[in-house]
Amino acid sequence: NPEPWQLNMSPGVTETSRMVYDIHMLILWICVVIGVLVFGAMGYAILKFRKSKGAVPAKWSHNTTAEIIWTVIPVLILVGMAWPATNTLIHMADTDDAELTVKITGYQWLWRYEYVGTDVNFVSKLDRDSDRTRMLGSGLNPADVRTGDQNTYLLNVDNPLVLPTGTKVRFVITANDVIHAWWVPVLGWKQDAIPGFINEAWTRIDTPGTYRGQCAELCGKDHGFMPIVVEAVPREQFDAWLAQKDAEAKAAATAANVPATGDALAVVQ
Amino acid sequence: MANHAPDQNIYYVPHGSKWPLVGSIGLFLLVGGFANLMNGNRTLGLPMTLAGVAIMLVMLYGWFGNVITESVRGFYNRQVGTSFRMGMIWFIFSEVMFFAAFFGALFYARMLSVPWLGGEGDGVATNAFLWQGFEPAWPSNGPQSIGGEFGLIPAWSVPLLNTLILLTSGVTLTIAHHALKAGNRAQLLIWLGVTVLLGCVFLFYQAEEYIHAYRDLNLTLGSGVYGSTFFMLTGFHGLHVTLGTIMLAVIWFRCLKGHFTKDDHFGFEAVAWYWHFVDVVWLALFLFVYVL
Amino acid sequence: MATHAAHHDDHDHKPGFVDRWFFGTNHKDIGTLYLLFSLLMFFIGGSMALIIRAELFIPGMQIVNPEFFNQMTTVHALVMIFGAVMPAFVGLGNWMIPLMIGAPDMALPRMNNWSFWILPFAFLMLLSTLFMDGGGPAGGWTLYPPLSLQGGNSMPFVIFAIHMMGISSIMGAINIIATILNLRAPGMDLLKMPVFVWTWLITAFLLIAVMPVLAGAVTMLLTDKFFLTSFFNAAGGGDPVMYQHIFWFFGHPEVYIMILPAFGVVSEIIPTFARKPLFGYQAMVYATASIAFLSFIVWAHHMFTVGMPLGGELFFMYATMLIAIPTGVKVFNWVSTMWKGSMTFETPMLFALGFVVMFTIGGFSGLMLAIVPADFQYHDTYFVVAHFHYVLVTGAVFSIMAAAYYWLPKWTGVMYSETLGKWHFWLSTFFVNLLFFPQHFLGLAGMPRRIPDYNIAFSDFNMWSSIGGFGFGLSQLLFAWIVIKSARGHGPRATAQVWEGAKGLEWTVPSPAPHHTFTTPPVIDDRVLAHGDVTH
Ligand code: HEA
Ligand code: HEA
Ligand code: CUA
Ligand SMILES: [Cu+2]
Repeated sequence: NPEPWQLNMSPGVTETSRMVYDIHMLILWICVVIGVLVFGAMGYAILKFRKSKGAVPAKWSHNTTAEIIWTVIPVLILVGMAWPATNTLIHMADTDDAELTVKITGYQWLWRYEYVGTDVNFVSKLDRDSDRTRMLGSGLNPADVRTGDQNTYLLNVDNPLVLPTGTKVRFVITANDVIHAWWVPVLGWKQDAIPGFINEAWTRIDTPGTYRGQCAELCGKDHGFMPIVVEAVPREQFDAWLAQKDAEAKAAATAANVPATGDALAVVQ
Repeated sequence: MANHAPDQNIYYVPHGSKWPLVGSIGLFLLVGGFANLMNGNRTLGLPMTLAGVAIMLVMLYGWFGNVITESVRGFYNRQVGTSFRMGMIWFIFSEVMFFAAFFGALFYARMLSVPWLGGEGDGVATNAFLWQGFEPAWPSNGPQSIGGEFGLIPAWSVPLLNTLILLTSGVTLTIAHHALKAGNRAQLLIWLGVTVLLGCVFLFYQAEEYIHAYRDLNLTLGSGVYGSTFFMLTGFHGLHVTLGTIMLAVIWFRCLKGHFTKDDHFGFEAVAWYWHFVDVVWLALFLFVYVL
Repeated sequence: MATHAAHHDDHDHKPGFVDRWFFGTNHKDIGTLYLLFSLLMFFIGGSMALIIRAELFIPGMQIVNPEFFNQMTTVHALVMIFGAVMPAFVGLGNWMIPLMIGAPDMALPRMNNWSFWILPFAFLMLLSTLFMDGGGPAGGWTLYPPLSLQGGNSMPFVIFAIHMMGISSIMGAINIIATILNLRAPGMDLLKMPVFVWTWLITAFLLIAVMPVLAGAVTMLLTDKFFLTSFFNAAGGGDPVMYQHIFWFFGHPEVYIMILPAFGVVSEIIPTFARKPLFGYQAMVYATASIAFLSFIVWAHHMFTVGMPLGGELFFMYATMLIAIPTGVKVFNWVSTMWKGSMTFETPMLFALGFVVMFTIGGFSGLMLAIVPADFQYHDTYFVVAHFHYVLVTGAVFSIMAAAYYWLPKWTGVMYSETLGKWHFWLSTFFVNLLFFPQHFLGLAGMPRRIPDYNIAFSDFNMWSSIGGFGFGLSQLLFAWIVIKSARGHGPRATAQVWEGAKGLEWTVPSPAPHHTFTTPPVIDDRVLAHGDVTH
C-alpha cells in the first residue's frame, strides 16, 4: 500500500516478493556503483582536462587492454545479475501443489473472482466513495476518501478478494473483453489477463492484512479505476468464510433456480 | 558546366519536380477516402478514394514519364544507375519484411496459439478452464469455429499449376533478358509478352480459386485464423502479382518503343527483380500455406 | 567533374519559393523542412504532454475526462516518436550526410522530397482524428488489441497515417543507404566515415527491416476490425499476444532507431570539444552494429508479464542484458575521449555531456527492467515511463539539440548566442530531471502508467513532476527563439570551421553552406577527416 513520499519498492509480504525485492536492490546498487565510477571518471576529466586550465590534448585514440577489460567486467557483472534472477523466475513459475485455486477474470472495469471447486463467485469494483469523488469536476476532495487511518482514494473496492495466509494459492487469470493485468505490489508480481487464454501465478501470504493494487494494463477509459483489494486472513477464518459464502451461494442458486456460475453480467447488474 | 551532355563523370542532380507533392496529396486522398469507406461514409469516402486513385495514377505516369525521358535522353550515368538499383533492392527487401509479418502470424498461429488453445504445452489451463473439448489441429478456425465448417484447397491441384506457371514465367523473363542483352528485339518482345500472359493466367486461376473457396468451400477471410492467414498471404501476394504484371506490361510497351539498350536497361532489371521476388514469395506460400 | 543540374544554367541559382520548398530536390532544403516539421511536432506533442501533466498535477479529475486523457497519452507518443524524433534525425541526416561524405546531394533527390511531403499529410490525418466523433486513438501508442479495436471512427485513419509514416521512413532510409554506399567522394572509405554517418547507415537498415513489419501488424488490426479476420481473437484460433510479438519486433528496433543516430551525434561533438580524436573508432562502429543486431532478438522484454513460457522469458532476459555490453563500450569510449583532452564547454558540448550522463541513467533503468522478476513489479508503472523518457528526452532529444547547436552556424552562417544556449541547457537539465526523476519513485511505490488519476500517496512527486514538465516546456521556447534568431541571420558571422577542434569535410565548406556543395568531389585529406582513427 503506497505511502506518501515512498521512494522505493516495498519488500512485500511473501517469500517471493522478498526475493524480488532483493534482486531489485541488488541491481539497483550495481547500477549505482557503476554510475558512480563512470560519472566520477567523467567528472574528473571535466574538471581536470579543460582547456582553460591549459590542458594539452593527448594524441592516442585507442587502448586494446582497456577495451578488453571494460568488455569483460560488465559481462561478469551481468552474469552476477542473471543468476539470482533465473532462480527467482524458476521459483515463481512453479504453480504446482497449490491448496486453493482462484479464477480471476478482468472485465471493463471490474474483477470477477471465482473460488474453483466452490460456488463462491463475485465481482469486485471501485468503492462508491472513490467513484463519486473521481468524477470530472465532482468538487469532492480525494483526501476525504478514507478507510480507517488510510487514504484509500481509488484503492478500495466493494468486495475484496479474501485469501488465507500461509497457504499456496494458485491463480488462473483471464479476461473477458480486453487485456487487463492483475497486480498487487506486495505480492511481488503482476500478471496479464488475456481474453481467451489463462495465465497462471501463485502466492503464499505470510501476514494477515489488507493489500491494495490496481489494474496494470491499459483497458479503456476506466483503466485507472479498477483497483484490487486482497484481504488476507488466517486459514481457519478463511475456511469459515468460504464455507459460509459457499452455503449462501448454493442457497441463492436454488432459490433463484439459476446456476450460480451463470453469466457474469447477470451478477453485475 | 551547364551543358547537358551525358558525361559519365558528372553527378546528376535532377531538377525539382511537382510529382512528389502531387503523390503525397494523392496518397492522402486515397487512404483518407478508404478510411471513410471503412467507417461506412460512402458519400465522402467514394469520391475521395477515386480522386486519390486518379491522382496517384497521374503522378506515377508523370513521374515515371519524366524519369524515362531523362533516361532516354541519356542524362543518367552509371552512378545514377547504381543508386536506382540500390533503391530497388532495398525496396524489395522492405517488401520481404512486410510478408514476413504475415508469415510470422501464420507460424505463430500454427505452432503456438492453436496448440495452446487445445491444451498443449503451456496451454493446459487455458484449455481446461476456457475451451474444454477443443482439439488442436491445423487448419483450424479456433475453438468457436469462427466462420463455420470449411473445406480446403488441395495443394496438388490449382496451386501446383500456379506454381508451375510462375516458375515458367521466371524462365521466360530470363530468356527475354538474355534476348535484350543479345540485342535481339523480336525475341525480347515475344518472351516478355509470354511472361505478361503467364502473369495474367496466374491471376485468372487465383481468382477462380478464390471464387471456388468462397462459393463452394465456405473458406473465407472470416474462417478463423486459417482463413485469415490464408487469404491475407495469398491476397497480398496476388496484389503483388497484379502490380508486377502491370509493370511487365509497361516494360513491354517500352520495349516496343525501342527503349532500353543492351547494357543499360535498369527499368527492365528492376521489374525483373520484382517479378523474381514475387516468385520466391509464392514458393514459400505454396510450401507453408498449401503443402504443409 | 561537375554537378549536372539539368535546366539550371547557374548551379548556385536559387529557385523561387514554391519551386524551392515544395518541388525541391536540394538535400539542405529538404533537411531544413524536416527539422522545422520536427520542431513543430515537438511542440504539438509537448503540448499534449502538458495536458497530461496538468491533469496529473493533483489527485482528482479536474481538466479532462479519462477518454480524452488516454487520447492524449496515445497521440503524444505517436507524435513525439514519428513526428518529432525520427524526422529530426532524418533532417540531420539529410543536411549532414552529403556534407560529411563529400557528396553533392542525396542519391535519389526527388524521392527524398516525397519522403518528406508524405509526413505533413500523415500527421494531418492523425491529428484530425482528435476532432472526430469518438475522438482519437485511446489505446496507447502500442495499439494493443482487443482494446484498440474498440476505437471509434478514428481507427482506420490512425492506421493509414501509420502506413504513410512507414512509407516515408522506408523511402528516407533507402535514400540514406544509397547515398552512403554510392556517393562517397573518392578516398572516403567506409572505415573513414564519420561515426554519425555510420550510425545512420545502420539505422537505415533497421528502418527498412522493421517499418514494414509495423505496417503488417496494423494491417492485421484493420482486417480484424473490418474484414472479419481472427488474427488476434482466441475464439478463432488467434491470440491477442500475437499482435504484441509482431508489434515489438518492430518496436524494440524502433527505440534503437531513435538512439543510434544520437550516439552518432555525440560521437561527433565530444571529440570536437575535447580536441582529441574519438577513442576506439572501430569499436564504436562494431558496437553500433552489435546493438542493431541484438535489437532483433530482444523484443519480448516488453511482454514479460503476458505469460510466456519460462524458456522464452529467460532467453529474452539474457539477450536484453547483453545490449548493456556494446552500449557500455560506447559510454566508456566517450569518457576516454574526454580523458586527457583539452575540453571547452560550449552549448553543444554541454548537451552532449548531459546526454552521456542522463542516457546512461536511462540505460541503467532499462537494464533493471530487463531482469524478469523485477520487471514483474516495474512493468506498466511510472518506472517504465521514467526509463524511456530518460533515454528518449534526455537521450534522443538532447542529442538533437546538441546537434542543432553544433551545426546551426554551418546551416545559418551565424553564431547563436552562447549565453542563451547555456541558459537553455541548464534550465532544460534542471527541469527535465525534476520532471522525470521522481517518476522512478512513483513507479516503485506502485503507480501504474496510463492512469488519469491516482491515490493521495502519489501526489507530492506528481506535483514535482508536473512543475518540471511545465518548466521544461517553457525552456524550449528559449530554444525556438535561438533557432529563429539564427535562421534569420542575426548574430556574429561564423567561420567555415566554426569550432576550433572541429574536423571533417562539413567544416571545409563555407558557413552558411552554399546551396550546392561538393559539385566536384573533394580530395580527401586524412588529417581533416572527422575524428575517426584513420591509422588502423
Ligand atoms: C531511445 C529509446 C530507448 C533505449 C535506448 C532503450 C534502451 C534499453 N531499454 Fe528501453 N524502452 C524504451 C525506449 C528505449 N529503451 C521505450 C519507449 C520503452 C517503453 C515502451 C512502452 O511500453 O510504451 C522501453 C521499455 C523497456 C522495457 C520494457 C519495460 C516494461 O514495459 O516492463 C525494457 C525491459 O527490458 C527495456 C530495456 C532496455 C534496455 C536493457 C536498454 C539498453 O539498451 C540500455 C543499455 C545501456 C546501459 C546499460 C547504460 C550504459 C552501460 C554501461 C555504463 C556499461 C556497464 C553497465 C552494466 C554492466 C550494468 N526498455
Ligand atoms: C520521443 C518521445 C517522447 C518525448 C520527447 C516525450 C516528452 C514528454 N513526455 Fe512522453 N511519452 C512518450 C514519448 C515521449 N515523451 C511515450 C512513447 C509515451 C508512452 C505512451 C503510452 O503509454 O502509450 C509517453 C508517455 C508520457 C507520459 C505518461 C502518460 C501516461 O502513462 O498516461 C507522461 C506523463 O508525464 C509524459 C510526459 C512527457 C513530457 C512532460 C514530455 C516533455 O519532454 C515535453 C516537453 C515539450 C514541450 C512541453 C513542448 C514545447 C513547449 C511549448 C509547447 C510551449 C508552451 C509551454 C508551456 C505553456 C509551459 N509522456
Ligand atoms: Cu483493467 Cu486496466
Ligand atoms: Cu525494448
